[in-house]
Amino acid sequence: MWLYYTRLAWLSLKRHPLLSLLMSGAIALGIGAAMTTITINYLMSADPIPEKSDRLFYVQLDNWSPNEPYDEPNEPPDQLTYTDATALKAQAPAQLQTALAQSGGVIEPQGLGKEPFLARLRLTHNDFFTMFNAPFLYGQGWSDSADETGDRSIVLSKSANEEIFAGENSVGRTVRLEGKEFRVVGVLDEWVLKPRFYDVTTGAFNEMEDAYLPFKLKETMELPNSGNTNCWKMPEGEGFKSFLTSECVNFQFWVQLDSAQEKQEYMSFLNAYVEEQKKLGRFPRPLNNRLTDVMGWMEHENVVDDDAEVMMYLSLMFLAVCLLNTIGLLLTKFSFKTGEIALRRAVGATRMQLYQQQLVETVFIGVAGGIGGLILAALGLLGIEYLYGDQVKDLASLNLPLLGIGILLAIISSVLAGAYPTWRTCRIPPASQLKSE
Amino acid sequence: MLVMNNITKVFRTETVETHALKQFSLTVNEGDFVAVTGPSGSGKTTFLNIAGLLESFDDGEYTLDGRSVKNLNDKQLSQLRNEKIGFIFQSFNLIPDLNLFDNVDVPLRYRKLSKAERKERIEHSLDVVGLANRMRHLPSQLSGGQQQRVAIARALAGNPLFLLADEPTGNLDSKMADSVMSLLEEINQSGTTIVMVTHDLSQAERAHRHIQVLDGQVTEQKRGAPELATVNA
Repeated sequence: MWLYYTRLAWLSLKRHPLLSLLMSGAIALGIGAAMTTITINYLMSADPIPEKSDRLFYVQLDNWSPNEPYDEPNEPPDQLTYTDATALKAQAPAQLQTALAQSGGVIEPQGLGKEPFLARLRLTHNDFFTMFNAPFLYGQGWSDSADETGDRSIVLSKSANEEIFAGENSVGRTVRLEGKEFRVVGVLDEWVLKPRFYDVTTGAFNEMEDAYLPFKLKETMELPNSGNTNCWKMPEGEGFKSFLTSECVNFQFWVQLDSAQEKQEYMSFLNAYVEEQKKLGRFPRPLNNRLTDVMGWMEHENVVDDDAEVMMYLSLMFLAVCLLNTIGLLLTKFSFKTGEIALRRAVGATRMQLYQQQLVETVFIGVAGGIGGLILAALGLLGIEYLYGDQVKDLASLNLPLLGIGILLAIISSVLAGAYPTWRTCRIPPASQLKSE
Repeated sequence: MLVMNNITKVFRTETVETHALKQFSLTVNEGDFVAVTGPSGSGKTTFLNIAGLLESFDDGEYTLDGRSVKNLNDKQLSQLRNEKIGFIFQSFNLIPDLNLFDNVDVPLRYRKLSKAERKERIEHSLDVVGLANRMRHLPSQLSGGQQQRVAIARALAGNPLFLLADEPTGNLDSKMADSVMSLLEEINQSGTTIVMVTHDLSQAERAHRHIQVLDGQVTEQKRGAPELATVNA
């Protein structure tokens, strides 16, 4: 019977092509606007590392001013001091943990016609690659001893390796960075985290780094700060060393804890660490240490922009307006079909059968509107990418689940829009229509 | 076969009550060809609609093929309409997008019949009305008389117990009307009961029984042509 309904729906749509086009168009507009904003929100709030996002924890310690919290009502700073980041790593009570900092430096590729370029650098420990499932194309991360001594090892991103070594296996070769020679120990494969959750303080949707270096080099090479640096009191003294020993926060710290017990033990360790520091005159505020998993941390940091959420709600309201228009058009369209419906009632169709027949037609309209809407959404996302450039690169694209959501949303919308016109049409007394036809 | 006892039907608006049928009683037996006449507003179409289960009634008893229809739900009424009744309307009520084959197929679609059986019935029905060679034509490609023949084929395809015809020749010229009436007579002679509402007294006289309705009541019942009455006897 459903095949029969499908054929009738097709004939009905062909009978009034303009009306059919208008209805699908109205749904397409609504779906297009909704899917554009839903896509942005969905990708912004997607779990970037679903296989272990509940086992990776961001560490916060409250070293802030005794007079006021870092943020109301009683939020600790969203980064750590160099002192604390290195101390936590050195005491290493968890199996995997890493400090992170963003920096930058000039890489000078060797070879004719190759220009030096300013590279985005990530200072970190070798656990970083294991913790965040970084995929290696060649080689691997540096050794533990490189972490301890600040050996000049480097891991390149795929694009940087292409830029410097034309994509060849460069493990063992040297790269000149900030005037010093670095030995390539690994090359990452294509790796894009959206959001780049491990450092949202510098922009959750920024591009991935060009190269990764041992964290210790921050100190030994005096690599410059990048990203947000916040201080509640001025460093004591001048120069790079005094910054590193100051209460200024510029460093992130992540730890992998595989069970609730490990988490509890790690929190005890943090509390004990802060208590020790208090004895040294630091941490004037009450204990306020935090361990937040990946999704919790993204929510805490408002990775999904408030404006994006508002836009999504507005676009859903626009979809509702489009559906109201579709209801009007469907009422008009179905008013042309009262004779046929009355006849079908007379020859034995139940209301339910007629309802199903009309339902198939509205689903047809919904699918057509959904496809049109997805095309509009793709155009809308292109427009957003054009407007905002690299900042939203990879965010402004429809993937398979989103395509499914778009079509489903369109079908649900059309069925909702069709519910009242269909119900009304199927309730018309057949006798009056048959006589008047 | 069709028994109505004291059927009452009142149409109500906020200010007016119209008694369309008052204590309306009628029995139609198997093989009858009953013509129902009466002036406009007399209640004959209301009778036909109630007989065809297209409209409910307020009071009385209606038994169709031995089954009281009073408390049946939508699904049961639809099934009765589909299996027992064939409709012929003044304005044919063909679906313009569907060809003749598919138009005749409409009532069969609501039965659990195989594709082959539906095809056989459709072809046979169109053959009976003389349009078997035009089954892929659209209704708009036919004359009014031919369209009414398609409507008759549609009504016959379901093998109904009886046909309800509402002014079946009302939209046709006299030649076509005569041809349609002859077809109905043939169908009746082959055993199908027919109840026909008409304004045309000459056509009413061609039925076995002629019933006149006035102010919602049966006022007169006459037997029709003797030879046809004999057929029914």
